[in-house]
Amino acid sequence: MTTTAADTRAPSPAPSNGPDRPRPPRRRTRAADRGFNRAFRYLATSAGTLILIALAAVAGFLLWQSWPALTSSGSEIASKVSFFQGQSSLASYLGPLIFGTLLAAAVALAVATPLAIGIALFTSHYAPRRLASLLGWVIDLLAAIPSVVYGLWGALVLAPTIQPVWQWVSNVLGWIPLFKGPAADPARVLLTVSLVLAVMILPIITAVSREVFLQTPKLHEEAALALGATRWEMIRTAVLPFGRSGVVSAAMLGLGRALGETMAVVMILSPGLTYSFALLLAGKQQTIAANIALKYPEANSLGMSTLMATGLALFVITMVVNMASRWVVGRRKEFSGAN
Amino acid sequence: MDAWRSGFQSANSGVTVNYDGIGSGDGRKQFLSGAVQYAGSDAYLTDDEIAQAKTTCQNGDVVELPVYISPIAIAFNLKGVDSLNLDGPTVAKIFDGKITKWDDPAIAKLNDGVKLPSTAITPVHRSDDSGTTQNFTQWVKANAGDAWPYEPSQTFPVKGGQSAQGTPGVAQTLQGGEGTIGYIDSSQVGKLGSAKIKVGDAFVAHSPEAAAAAVAKSDVVSGRATSDIAIDINRTLTDSSTYPLVLVSYDIGCTTYADANTAALVKGFFSYVVSDAGQQAAASAAGSAPLSSDLAAKAQAAVDAIKLG
Repeated sequence: MTTTAADTRAPSPAPSNGPDRPRPPRRRTRAADRGFNRAFRYLATSAGTLILIALAAVAGFLLWQSWPALTSSGSEIASKVSFFQGQSSLASYLGPLIFGTLLAAAVALAVATPLAIGIALFTSHYAPRRLASLLGWVIDLLAAIPSVVYGLWGALVLAPTIQPVWQWVSNVLGWIPLFKGPAADPARVLLTVSLVLAVMILPIITAVSREVFLQTPKLHEEAALALGATRWEMIRTAVLPFGRSGVVSAAMLGLGRALGETMAVVMILSPGLTYSFALLLAGKQQTIAANIALKYPEANSLGMSTLMATGLALFVITMVVNMASRWVVGRRKEFSGAN
Repeated sequence: MDAWRSGFQSANSGVTVNYDGIGSGDGRKQFLSGAVQYAGSDAYLTDDEIAQAKTTCQNGDVVELPVYISPIAIAFNLKGVDSLNLDGPTVAKIFDGKITKWDDPAIAKLNDGVKLPSTAITPVHRSDDSGTTQNFTQWVKANAGDAWPYEPSQTFPVKGGQSAQGTPGVAQTLQGGEGTIGYIDSSQVGKLGSAKIKVGDAFVAHSPEAAAAAVAKSDVVSGRATSDIAIDINRTLTDSSTYPLVLVSYDIGCTTYADANTAALVKGFFSYVVSDAGQQAAASAAGSAPLSSDLAAKAQAAVDAIKLG
């Protein structure tokens, strides 16, 4: 839902190309708007409309399904829904879930973005062409692995293997609340989850960043080199400023995927409902999507409705993230790499 | 359930039985609304639900059959220890986080001669809501006294700690860490160690026979139709041939159906499920305990109450 093909496409040429170019007429003359022309116009319009209808239908469905929970008091839900025990209101249940969702995605993004920029720069400016295309192919392959496989790998291989590392981290950096120890054994903790999420969102951030870096005008790069800049200085002064908004929008796309990821989280994390920043302790955080998947099978009707309300919250969060990324890209259109 | 469906279908060609694993709560709801002809559930119908079922069942009675008996094992992963004796209060304190080391005096006292390491205990529970958690918490509540301050629930009541989805998830989490302990369907214990629980004055290991004996020695809920074999498992049995930490699943149907074909089909399917062949199929597919012959006879009598036409 969060990564559509339309989002990854570079924005279309800016309309503000200057007055020297004649504006094309808004629509072809009536004579031309016939036959296939007209049919195609209708087809394209209805395809565009369909997306909006689907989106509205999803929002309406979530609202309709979650209505009983939204209108019930917390104590009423608690008396009927077993997983709601000890909660005073829907907000008190939702709060830690939103917190956990954002925390997991934010940590994943913090790990994945620098790595993705590094890989993208290597393939666009450092690697020989053969190696670059091979590396690009491998990175794209990461995107093709189903999330349930990531989940299995994370739960069966990564969590037990990485435990000594987390133990070491908590010993050395335990004074930072994020790394408070002792690290859980097995490491079914949020940091492990975020690491897997980082691998999952790496391909999309890398691919978009690489395309943007490749769009840097050759003149800028050559000018920087001609002024005596080293390759790193050239990248810092020409490539990175040019690609900045593209990288931001790439990161936002990755964030969208990380927010909604379900299976990997379900399989790796030992969930809990607290506002805890402790990334190495088990049973502290939970994400919305994973919580729905876990509680759905045995939920009664009000329980289902409560889960739908959390789904509605996730829907709103994802939409806000995507709109924010659009805004960032739109604000700096002139640097976005399409011109 | 799948083993039963395929077994029944291969014995009766041209018949298709569908089962949608949507969870016990929803299954009962759909049965009560008449959307499905039979349901499988980890809990028997409540009195309210029985009253609702009158309409669905054309004013006939409800048929409830205990068809799937599964012992729940308390499994652990502790180097050098394969078997432990545990009683209710100790299990309660371990899962409540009150006992945190394996060499705690409370555990050592029950296990003379076992060399216990000082490893930290990591209790692992189910992160999804489940009948297994419901039955486990019922057993702990009944056997631990004041040591377990929580009510039985399909959501594990203690906050925080390690947890995983489904019995396979818990089993795999137990294997992934040192000093872990959790409750799982006994068929999935595998290489893990498992505890003998205190029944009366003895410590009893989980086994299909002991689980079936515990169900056979428990009382049927009184005041219900003869076709309604709902069992209140006696969690505090003292007979050392029983293992009362057990999960019972029911197949739920009606004695009367509007359509004679449906009645014949449900009757045939239920007969197969409670038969020796059906119970053996479940035992080999899921490691459940076959019904005792006494209970199987009662269940078959209940199935016979389904009226054809």
